[in-house]
Amino acid sequence: MFSFLIKRLVQSFMVLLSVAFIAFALFKFVGDPINNMVGQDTTLVEREALAERLGLNDPFPIQFFNFIKGAAVGDFGLSYRHKVPVSQLIAERAPATLELSIISALLSVFVGIPMGVYTAIRRKGFLSRSFMTVSLVGISLPTFLIGILFIFLFGVILRWLPTFGRGEVVQIGFWSTGLLTWSGIKSLILPAVTLALFQMTLIMRLVRTEMLEVLTTDYIKFARARGLKENAVNFGHALKNTLIPVITIIGLQLGLVMAFAIITETVFQWPGMGMLFIQAIEEVDVPVMAAYLMMISVVFVAINLAVDILYAFVDPRLTIDGGSKHG
Amino acid sequence: MALLDVKNISIGFPSRHGMFVAVKDVSLSVERGEILGVVGESGAGKSTIGNAIIALLEPPGEVIKGEVYLNGARIDNLSAEEKRLIRGKKIGMIFQDPQTSLDPLKTIKQQLVESINLHLKLGRKGSEKKAFELLEQVGIPDPLIRMEHYPHQFSGGMRQRVVIALALCGEPELIIADEPTTALDVSVQKQILDLMRKLCREKNVGMILVTHDMGVIAEVADRVAVMYNSQLMEIGETKQIIGNPQHEYTKSLISAIPRPDKKVRRFPLVTYIEDVVERKDEFDVSTHWLGQSRDFEMKVADDGTILQLENLGMRFQITNSLFKSKRRYLDAVKDVNFNIKEGETFGIVGESGSGKSTIARMVTGLYKPYKGAVKFLGKEISAISHTPEVLPYRRQMQMVFQDPFSSLNARMRVMDIVAEPILFHKLAGSKAEAEHIVLDLLKLVGMSDDAYAKYPHQFSGGQRQRISIARALATRPRFLICDEPTSALDVSVQAQILNLLKDLQEELNLTMMFISHDLPVIRQMCDRVAVMRHGQVLELAETEKLFEDPQHEYSQHLLSLMPQLDMLQA
Repeated sequence: MFSFLIKRLVQSFMVLLSVAFIAFALFKFVGDPINNMVGQDTTLVEREALAERLGLNDPFPIQFFNFIKGAAVGDFGLSYRHKVPVSQLIAERAPATLELSIISALLSVFVGIPMGVYTAIRRKGFLSRSFMTVSLVGISLPTFLIGILFIFLFGVILRWLPTFGRGEVVQIGFWSTGLLTWSGIKSLILPAVTLALFQMTLIMRLVRTEMLEVLTTDYIKFARARGLKENAVNFGHALKNTLIPVITIIGLQLGLVMAFAIITETVFQWPGMGMLFIQAIEEVDVPVMAAYLMMISVVFVAINLAVDILYAFVDPRLTIDGGSKHG
Repeated sequence: MALLDVKNISIGFPSRHGMFVAVKDVSLSVERGEILGVVGESGAGKSTIGNAIIALLEPPGEVIKGEVYLNGARIDNLSAEEKRLIRGKKIGMIFQDPQTSLDPLKTIKQQLVESINLHLKLGRKGSEKKAFELLEQVGIPDPLIRMEHYPHQFSGGMRQRVVIALALCGEPELIIADEPTTALDVSVQKQILDLMRKLCREKNVGMILVTHDMGVIAEVADRVAVMYNSQLMEIGETKQIIGNPQHEYTKSLISAIPRPDKKVRRFPLVTYIEDVVERKDEFDVSTHWLGQSRDFEMKVADDGTILQLENLGMRFQITNSLFKSKRRYLDAVKDVNFNIKEGETFGIVGESGSGKSTIARMVTGLYKPYKGAVKFLGKEISAISHTPEVLPYRRQMQMVFQDPFSSLNARMRVMDIVAEPILFHKLAGSKAEAEHIVLDLLKLVGMSDDAYAKYPHQFSGGQRQRISIARALATRPRFLICDEPTSALDVSVQAQILNLLKDLQEELNLTMMFISHDLPVIRQMCDRVAVMRHGQVLELAETEKLFEDPQHEYSQHLLSLMPQLDMLQA
């Protein structure tokens, strides 16, 4: 178990390092940072001085090392456009994106799994069939289209929910939250549901397929032959076995929620990191792009690591292995 | 009053083509403390009866006619909830594969306590105590420690004991055991059968033992019901059924069982069973492509040795580690030495994990030996695997695998499956010639004329094994390795395949390495036998000598475990 963890950590580190390299390469190849920072009337000498101050004249490995050193403590330099530290920009925007993604993730897991279980157990029921049909829509329509349809239906026609922005936010320390005000919560509903829909349907279908498979196994038959009640068979034995392979995929998908947030944030004008990133691309604001790239990869790697550890907790075959086999 | 009374039961599975009747008009009864064996080949409907009694028929199966009485009370027309109350409490069930019948994510204790508390309502403490007692009864050592373990920490035999303990949780009056020992080794099988018989007697529990294995029946059953083609053929005392069968089907079934007690030249042909295609020899092998130019320039040594194993060893790494001292290895094969002579059938017998299949895989080049050498026709073929130089030697050696269901590519037609080795080794001048050879090969192994255009799934297990043999013969090999070629087959089909192998050996002068865990089959097939355990050859002797006068302790032990069919007519 311990060596497994070490191995995973080393792998994660390698992944982060390669992403860092790509992010760093952005600086080198996407435009000249000096040109982006200074005006036209800056003299060559001044430019040279600026390049020296920013370390742009150092050899490549040293620049990369300095970049990593900065990245490790969250220092990605100044945003070319806003002229403030990137870390500060990210810190301002992160709560919005995190709230949106976490709520969406929770929504897709806690709605998706029960729906999957239900459709597996009552395979032929009317409700199951409707879930399946609706989920097909959820999986085949692109997120931005669903978002626009939602805005049209709930915002324009029914006028129930706001269609853009975060509503009123409350500042708690460095964290600004929309969850404590009524308008904040109302603003969150549409984007969160839009973002969750795809993952929800995916998780539902995944759980359903896996559960149907588990229900045909011998130990389920044997559990029935032991006279266990249907609920004990379905939830006591089948569900846990279903979730083991599903956990990995769900973990990966939750990483995607954050990445997908870019589109949803754009559609709903959500002031999060996704919007920041889109603007950064438009204006070739390389430090922001690099920071965003690093952040997303850290989240992905962290989720994966968590899933691996979780796996070991749910599946006894992984934790106690090798030496203890006797009989 | 009998414990269980099944009266004229018929079970059907509705399908698009009308009702498929899996069981037709079967009546049987079980007394307390009695073991009733239900025997038959695959598809005979024997498991379906067991499932119907405990009301666990796979949908859409249903009882279409007849009644089931338990202790005189009718149980087949109860509601679903009432039936559930009977399951586990009145009728327990044991399944075939102990590897898969336990929930892998719960400890043994959790599963036992769940069942006990449900049926006996003993509370937590009481249930745990009962679980302890049950594990002790079924012979699990250190129950207190072992019950905290998960299923994967038990061996196959121990797991089956746990399954039996679970079936006993509700103190049932009847137990249905569906092939309870099929997935186990002989020595473990013997222990489990003894345990089941003991429990039946002690607890005065009736048992229905569903199996395809006459040896198991002879070992434990008091009475036997013989099923064939959905119908009950014959029911009676075990001694009478095996020693003096009345029905034609039973007679032919009994005659197809490989005899453990003496060697016969051929297996008696099962006459009752349909779709037996007798091989018609329409061409003379010696003048045919098959008999010609089989690279006879590769000469067998003067003493007739065709295959030579020298200090052969195989080691698998079971724990990976950066540090050498922490790595752990499993020596699957340790220092094996033997020679196989041309034209003989060399048997390797042993229980699972004894290393017998590993040897086959090293000989064929699927594994690279950890040490030692494989010499075939005087050439060392173990080190170099697929250089052009070694290819002609590899071609001389072919393998027939155990499972005919997974050893044929499901997406290829039989024609392509058999033609592939011919084309790969460029043994035929043209594709048309290769196809002509395939047709002859299929005829040679007793397949019907239209088989070439079909896919593997359209054939039964026995027919598929014939296709595997045809494919193995397609490179004109001199040496054939058969790894448990019949252990997945019914006994009547097994008799046909074994006869076929014997015939082919004679006609093509094949040398065979025959791997099996089944001692009677080994006795019928082999000239010499190596007995293996833990990767070592313990005894190597002429077959008859081994069976009459085994020298090594383990050989004696194995032979004593062989189910005795001494009720058989001489």
